[in-house]
Amino acid sequence: MSSTTFQAEPRGAVRRSSALASRRKIVDLIVKWLCMTATLIGLFFLASIMATLLWRGLASMDWIVLTEEFRPTRYGDENAPKGGLIHAILGSLIQTAIGTAIGTPIGLLVGTYLSEYARGSALGNTLRFVSDVLLSAPSILIGLFIYQLVVLPMGGFSGIAGALALAIIVIPVVVRTTEDMLQLIPNTLREAVIGLGAPKWKMITLVCYKAAASGILTGILLAVARIAGETAPLLLTSFGNNVTSFDLTTAMASLPIAIYQQANSGFPDLIEIAWSGALLITLGVLAINIIARLVLRGRN
Amino acid sequence: MGSITEQTTSSASGFGGMQARSAEVLNTQARISVRNLDFYYGTNKALKGINLDLPDRQVTGMIGPSGCGKSTLLRVLNRMYSLYPGQRAEGEVLMDGRNIIDASVDLNELRAKIGMVFQKPTPFPMTIYDNIAFGIKLHEKLPKSELDDRVEWALSRAAIWGEVKDRLQSSAMSLSGGQQQRLCIARSIAVRPEVMLFDEPTSALDPISTLKIEELIDELKRDFTICIVTHNMQQAARCADQVAFFYLGELVEVAPAAQLFTAPREKRTQEYITGRFG
Repeated sequence: MSSTTFQAEPRGAVRRSSALASRRKIVDLIVKWLCMTATLIGLFFLASIMATLLWRGLASMDWIVLTEEFRPTRYGDENAPKGGLIHAILGSLIQTAIGTAIGTPIGLLVGTYLSEYARGSALGNTLRFVSDVLLSAPSILIGLFIYQLVVLPMGGFSGIAGALALAIIVIPVVVRTTEDMLQLIPNTLREAVIGLGAPKWKMITLVCYKAAASGILTGILLAVARIAGETAPLLLTSFGNNVTSFDLTTAMASLPIAIYQQANSGFPDLIEIAWSGALLITLGVLAINIIARLVLRGRN
Repeated sequence: MGSITEQTTSSASGFGGMQARSAEVLNTQARISVRNLDFYYGTNKALKGINLDLPDRQVTGMIGPSGCGKSTLLRVLNRMYSLYPGQRAEGEVLMDGRNIIDASVDLNELRAKIGMVFQKPTPFPMTIYDNIAFGIKLHEKLPKSELDDRVEWALSRAAIWGEVKDRLQSSAMSLSGGQQQRLCIARSIAVRPEVMLFDEPTSALDPISTLKIEELIDELKRDFTICIVTHNMQQAARCADQVAFFYLGELVEVAPAAQLFTAPREKRTQEYITGRFG
């Protein structure tokens, strides 16, 4: 645009607007710096946590940590063998996998029900509310729930109880993302499928799920990331174990609990191993988050 | 189908302007007859005592200001409204001697006979081939070679085969808006319906794509009974054999396109087509 073609404005009007403009610029700068300061403060803490984690975690990270089971402290006996976390890594993988496998289909179906069958209905609204409450419920409560429901009747802590507690945490996350992602699908797409003479279940399974797939998958991955780091619900369910166990009916180790126990041990060498475990979980969760982002980006 | 038709093919062409169809072409049997149809959104009465015949293998255009009920009527014809609790129709919509708004009608069967194309293109998130095959597979079990033939036939009828034949396995999302809309038309045709409903099919498209769709509609009426809702009166004049004017839920006037646009009987029609309201 060329300004030369415009008529000159009256002098007074020009002066007033330039005063206003400079005030706007100052306010603009202040707001901008406030935002940047807040961002920097947040980033500083995040960076310092990450730096500490890397520094302490890498200090004792080695092949032994990744392959050996728990061993007692070497405090006072330098020649004793160093222990590792493989029992906890495997336990976490098993419980997370089973928890996800149980929680995902339930969450997916509930989310589908909320979005496709119960829109605006009283039952749907109640379910959605309950699911949202569950989403923000303290996870120790879920541990207590499973403790009452599974651990006491079974007569002891067990891997399956841990997996069930994790599944209950997965459900509301998957419900929420499934419903949100299905809601993003325009109604005209649904009508187009129905208009061809398709029954509703085919519309949902063949078209809606496909259209929402990357979003739902992202939600599932984020749920996995969340339960991978859960400690409280496992304390009361799978309890933890110092040896590798594949038996779902007995106590099973997990990384968060191994960290909790070894960090609390008071022995410097075990605390170092706990840092390595924390680093492992963080890297795992980070990897899942990156995968989730890649999935979402590959949407179109 | 099986109705006696006097096809006057001389009525083709005429995409130029308001040049509308001659009146004789309407002397055909009704494919769908709407009788005393009332429609309710909850307690709100959106259609009042509609009586309208859709002549076999002719194009019926429906015009009127926003909210006049024309799209509502279209959505009654394939029972789309049944998806939404609280919406209900009373009266008769007769097709093959059956009232299609009757509760006992098999909706999937009905919708296979009455295809619909929407305002915005609605490609499914799958390949071009699968988009077309989707509808066919719903109703027929065809061997692969026959399925391929049907897909090609449908895409050819929708005048898009030449543009997509080398990339049937790429995503339908990669097509342009106009191509997507023709893909959607092909998808409907592939099911081999008898009636095609178009709900403002070109309002999201550029003029060239619009022209292609209009030519296509003119081509398709050899085989299909067509009903098109449009906000564009020139489009109604170009495409439709008969035009129905709706206002506030009432069918004000239905007449051959030439007559409605040049010598409307009703004052309200006159005012609408000359742009005095709506």
